[in-house]
Amino acid sequence: MLHIQNLTAEVDGKPILKGINLTVNAGEIHAVMGPNGSGKSTLASILAGRDGYDITGGTVEYQGQNLLDMPAEERARGGVFLAFQYPVEIPGVSNIYLLKAAVNARRRHQGLQELDAMDFLSLVKEKVRFMEMDEKMLYRAVNEGFSGGEKKRNEILQMIMLEPTLALLDETDSGLDIDALKVVSKGVNSLRSADRSMVLVTHYQRLLDYIKPDFVHVLSAGRIVKSGGPELALELERQGYAWLGAETQEGSSKGVSQ
Amino acid sequence: MSEAQSTLDEIIGKEYEHGFETLLEMDVIPRGLSEDVVRLISAKKNEPEWLLEWRLAAYRHWLTMTPPEWANVHYPAIDYQDMIYYAAPKSQKDGPKSLDEVDPELLKTYEKLGIPLHERAILAGVAVDAVFDSVSVATTFKDKLSEVGIVFCSFSEAVHTHPELIKQYLGSVVPVSDNFYAALNSAVFSDGSFCYIPPGVRCPMELSTYFRINAKNTGQFERTLIVADAGAYVSYLEGCTAPMRDENQLHAAVVELVAMENAQIKYSTVQNWYPGDKDGKGGIYNFVTKRGECRGDRAKISWTQVETGSAITWKYPSVVLKGNDSVGEFYSVALTNHRQQADTGTKMIHLGRNTKSTIVSKGISAGFGQQAYRGLVRVAKSAVGARNYTQCDSLLLGDKCQAHTFPYIEVKQPSATVEHEASTSRISEDQLFFCRQRGLSPEDAVSMIVNGFCKEVFKELPMEFAVEAQKLLGVSLEGSVG
Repeated sequence: MLHIQNLTAEVDGKPILKGINLTVNAGEIHAVMGPNGSGKSTLASILAGRDGYDITGGTVEYQGQNLLDMPAEERARGGVFLAFQYPVEIPGVSNIYLLKAAVNARRRHQGLQELDAMDFLSLVKEKVRFMEMDEKMLYRAVNEGFSGGEKKRNEILQMIMLEPTLALLDETDSGLDIDALKVVSKGVNSLRSADRSMVLVTHYQRLLDYIKPDFVHVLSAGRIVKSGGPELALELERQGYAWLGAETQEGSSKGVSQ
Repeated sequence: MSEAQSTLDEIIGKEYEHGFETLLEMDVIPRGLSEDVVRLISAKKNEPEWLLEWRLAAYRHWLTMTPPEWANVHYPAIDYQDMIYYAAPKSQKDGPKSLDEVDPELLKTYEKLGIPLHERAILAGVAVDAVFDSVSVATTFKDKLSEVGIVFCSFSEAVHTHPELIKQYLGSVVPVSDNFYAALNSAVFSDGSFCYIPPGVRCPMELSTYFRINAKNTGQFERTLIVADAGAYVSYLEGCTAPMRDENQLHAAVVELVAMENAQIKYSTVQNWYPGDKDGKGGIYNFVTKRGECRGDRAKISWTQVETGSAITWKYPSVVLKGNDSVGEFYSVALTNHRQQADTGTKMIHLGRNTKSTIVSKGISAGFGQQAYRGLVRVAKSAVGARNYTQCDSLLLGDKCQAHTFPYIEVKQPSATVEHEASTSRISEDQLFFCRQRGLSPEDAVSMIVNGFCKEVFKELPMEFAVEAQKLLGVSLEGSVG
């Protein structure tokens, strides 16, 4: 599914990723953990195709294709989905309009017919109920005036509508209360399947109580310093990152990774 | 090729094919403007003496005036003696013979806008024999209107059929001395539309110049007059979304609206004149005076405009709120791309008690576009309890374009409430990436974000127009992302 080899990347001449190796097979869920500024969000952003990073080396293969060569929108249509850490507001554009445009862009790419208004509406209403959201949210401008929790639910709503092949979740758990976390996890878990992979970027073990990963990786200063099973996350919860010698890079990559 | 040359070719060419029309085609008067020219225009149109006098008065006043220079637009001085002020309906002889000869770029645009095939030919200036089916459409249309007593015809026609109405209202909102371009228009106006809605009548359909049999070359000095008598209602649509080619570089139209007691006029414009090429060459100068007067109590006038065309736009659709409790509205989307310049806005003049006005202006600048919002809110001492709300937003795409805001507020009545909100924003990288991550192309993403930005204005447009306007924005913004 996803094969990252020796990926290095810089922002403004400053190295952020210093040789990432990661293979995600179909059906697997990988959690990428690590302290602030370790390059977690940068990794997710680069995989989704955000501009502003210099890829200085390495390869990323997605379903046999060179992912780094594809523009962001093609990656998205090809099934790569990024749930944003900070979902952006788009005034005047209704949620439902964006969803419909997104779903149909993906369907066209898959050679499927676009959904007509009725089919789309009944589908989206079902998903909205599943995410325990108010239907009114569909007609509000994208993320405008949404609370932190509403924004994250909205991200997952988009995800379950788009049914991605590779889902990247960037700190989806941050800023969520326990109820919202449960709903968000329910949404994510509903997508678990043998032909779908997920990469969860997170600080905390908490999310992993609800979404069980197959593998856990610890990212530190632009490298994966340790990989293991779900028990690794618990270990981290108990001991923090320090025992791994993990450290934040000098000067965080915050400005870019957000 | 000079205009004289092309006109000549036109005449010569025409002679061979449609011999009997030659005389008509020779109806072109020499270059330049003088009293004789004004007299000649009036004579050609068989106008009554009073109208000639009116034109002459305008002309004499125009001679004393100079073009306004306060607008934030830049262009070489116009030589008014180098223009032709009257030409009989233009021959299409030198136009393209078929769609195959039309600029493929223009055709692509028509296709994107979803304009039906037979209309594309007309818009592109292809000579077509029959005026397709709009004749029959227009006829049924006219019957329906006259049933309820509505007058809707060309201005020239109205001068003869309804002289008393024209005499009563012409120039009563925009006096001949109003400004340089209005004076010029008054002296030499070619044709336009006239509309009268009798008391208590609600116009059963949206009136559109587009339907007025093709509004064949009303010329560069268009004159429109709409009168809604007491309790009447009319919604009027002007223009169309297709980019219109025109030989005339300068367009100086005048539009006057009169709303009597309890009457309502909704005037919507989509202006997409040729903006010139990427370097701004060959575009149209659109210097328009539009004003409405709420003459009676509780009258209401709404201007909604979507301005995407023209090389230069100078336009301030205004409302004079004379009647007590009368309402004026201005909703505007103006887009400037490439080298386009626009100085546009409105004037709301509050005279009556408890008069209310709303201004929502959305300016979008891309490329090297220059955009200025210029708005005046004047509350006279008599306007007790007047209220105005102004919202003025600018959206910038790229870093070579500009947006300016020039609000003028004059309040002489202490009980008035005047609010002004302004914002300037850019389409952020984050918004663009977010949309692309959801599978939208950068073009679609920009178009969607811009349409979202304009939503408050689009919702004021009649449904079909709104859909067209959205498409239009997308097409007009092409090439602005990258």
